[in-house]
Amino acid sequence: MYKYILRRLLQMIPVLLGSTFIIFAMVFALPGDPTAGMCGERPCAPAFVAKFKQEHNLNDPLPTRYAKYMGNLAQGDLGTTFRDIKVADELKQRYPTTAKLAGMAIIFETLIGVIAGVMAGIRKGKFMDNLVLVSTLFVIAIPIFVIGATLQYYLGVKWGLRPVTVSPQATVNELLLPAFVLGSTSVAYVARLTRTNLVENLRADYLRTAIAKGLTRRRAIGLHALRNSLIPVVTFIGADFGGLLGGAIVTERIFNIQGVGGYLFTGIHNRDGVSVVGTVTVLVLVFLLVNLLVDLLYGVLDPRISHD
Amino acid sequence: MTTSETMARESAKSSGQTYKPQDGLLLEVEDLHVEFHTPDGIARAINGVNFDLFEGQTLAILGESGSGKSVTAQAIMGILDMPPAVIPKGQIRYCGQDLLTMPDEQRRRTRGPEISMVFQDALSSLNPVFPVGWQIAEMFRVHRGMNKSDALERAVKLMQRVQIPAAKERVGAYPHQFSGGMRQRIMIAMAIALDPAVLIADEPTTALDVTVQAQIMALLQELQEERQMGLILITHDLGVVANVADKIAVMYAGRIVERADVYDLYRQPGHPYTKGLLESIPRLDQKGQQLAAIGGLPPNLMRIPEGCAFNPRCKFAQDVCREDRPALLEVAPGRESACHFAEEVLHG
Ligand SMILES: Nc1ncnc2c1ncn2[C@@H]1O[C@H](COP(=O)(O)OP(=O)(O)OP(=O)(O)O)[C@@H](O)[C@H]1O
Ligand code: SF4
Ligand SMILES: [Mg+2]
Repeated sequence: MYKYILRRLLQMIPVLLGSTFIIFAMVFALPGDPTAGMCGERPCAPAFVAKFKQEHNLNDPLPTRYAKYMGNLAQGDLGTTFRDIKVADELKQRYPTTAKLAGMAIIFETLIGVIAGVMAGIRKGKFMDNLVLVSTLFVIAIPIFVIGATLQYYLGVKWGLRPVTVSPQATVNELLLPAFVLGSTSVAYVARLTRTNLVENLRADYLRTAIAKGLTRRRAIGLHALRNSLIPVVTFIGADFGGLLGGAIVTERIFNIQGVGGYLFTGIHNRDGVSVVGTVTVLVLVFLLVNLLVDLLYGVLDPRISHD
Repeated sequence: MTTSETMARESAKSSGQTYKPQDGLLLEVEDLHVEFHTPDGIARAINGVNFDLFEGQTLAILGESGSGKSVTAQAIMGILDMPPAVIPKGQIRYCGQDLLTMPDEQRRRTRGPEISMVFQDALSSLNPVFPVGWQIAEMFRVHRGMNKSDALERAVKLMQRVQIPAAKERVGAYPHQFSGGMRQRIMIAMAIALDPAVLIADEPTTALDVTVQAQIMALLQELQEERQMGLILITHDLGVVANVADKIAVMYAGRIVERADVYDLYRQPGHPYTKGLLESIPRLDQKGQQLAAIGGLPPNLMRIPEGCAFNPRCKFAQDVCREDRPALLEVAPGRESACHFAEEVLHG
């Protein structure tokens, strides 16, 4: 078990190196002058530009710059932006907000998705099943920014039921709607996955045994069948975490949330390479750790999986 | 079983309802019919099955694949999927009470404490994600309201009773960590946990090696004698049950076509179908002879032939066989056969 975890952690190193290098190369290949707009209306003086480029290693070839950057990163330094702000400080402020948003979205997708999936699965072919199938198809087909903007307009602007935007404090109440929007696509997938797996498990031999043991239908389905049906669902939610972070960029834009997604968006917009690379590096790391966690959880949920 | 033992078992049940067999009669299946309503039509899987089961009796049900053995067992257990299954006719009485008309909740409480079942494939029949001890203990927790540790203690005792080595250490292991034979022992432990009066074993050894088959049969027989259960043993292999069963019922197309004591039937079949079955078993005393398989296929259950269902495959068939369905009648002491020419088959 510990060997497995250690091996997985070691495997992260090449993945982390590879993905950060690609991002690094892409970000610095972006056209545009990072000193643009730094000196008011005029272009900056050549001396300033030269000094700026020197300070930020912009004259070095890409591999050297990457190596220098990773050297700093290894010491816990995520870099300083062109505007002299430490990326680590910025992220420290913004991470809790995005974590809260993502966490709430996961709770949403799990709760609503599983309940809808179970209601559809135990009434296979009936009204409830069709309702869930159609409405999930609907949600999957609509892009997340359309769902977000529409709900924001109606619930927020028009009817005033929900706050339109989220304050820097990002309270749970303010995040309810954004989290719902962020989790909406995954809710649909979780519901469908739960339904399919439940229907399959309801036909399983062990469920026939459960009924023959004299268990109530509620216990046989709610404990025996559901416990088995949820194994792939948990895996999906973990694998979907990356998609959720991508969705967070859009959602944070729509609701003006001061989170990592919004920061990343601004960074790309401003050609602020250091902040982009720093943010993405942390995102990749979080993603890898979540995946490890999910794989470990998978082993706990399904005893047939061995991590030895 | 003596009266005092019967009383003891009854008082141990906490389901509220008590069931008392009259003169040892546990189960009466009467004119049972089961149909499957499928998009292709109605498959008549069971077409009037009758039998009784007494305390301490072992009844073997023998028949080809598709003859309705499992459906009969599932109807008794009440675990048929309805729909597609429909029971248009018949009664299944346990200690005099019809299970088919009993309220669902009352019937549920009979599963486990009164009637219990062991399935063919123990690997798929056990839940893969719960420890075996937990699955056995669940019987005590659900039906007896026992707490977790007491129930687990009972589970260990049962695992020891079915001869699982190092039961105490393995109570937390999962089904896939056991061999096929050990898994079937766990199924058996679970089935006998609440000391049921009736145990149904549906091909309990089919998935196992020959040597393990014998061990499992021996265990079932031992438990049956120890607890004086009524045991229904379903098989398509007469060799497996010959030493264990008292009576054998042979099924064809959802009916019992012959019923007799094991040795009588083995020595002298009273129905052409049984005769065919026996001739298709290799025998030590007829080494080298060609095996005579029964020609033709089992009938399509959506179009069972008129008259005797076996007539298209029967060597003895006459015109009457295509018109009249023969009833299951006593043709010799302790021997029933559903054939117009039973006497000839028996003595010819
Ligand atoms: N759920 C179902 N839907 C439709 N038909 C069914 C269903 N279950 C059983 N049957 C039909 O009922 C008939 C009897 O099946 P059953 O399982 O009792 O056979 P069996 O005697 O146990 O055979 P085997 O030796 O293969 O286990 C079969 O022809 C089968 O097609
Ligand atoms: S009734 Fe006729 S067809 Fe049926 S088994 Fe007897 S002889 Fe054969
Ligand atoms: Mg069967």
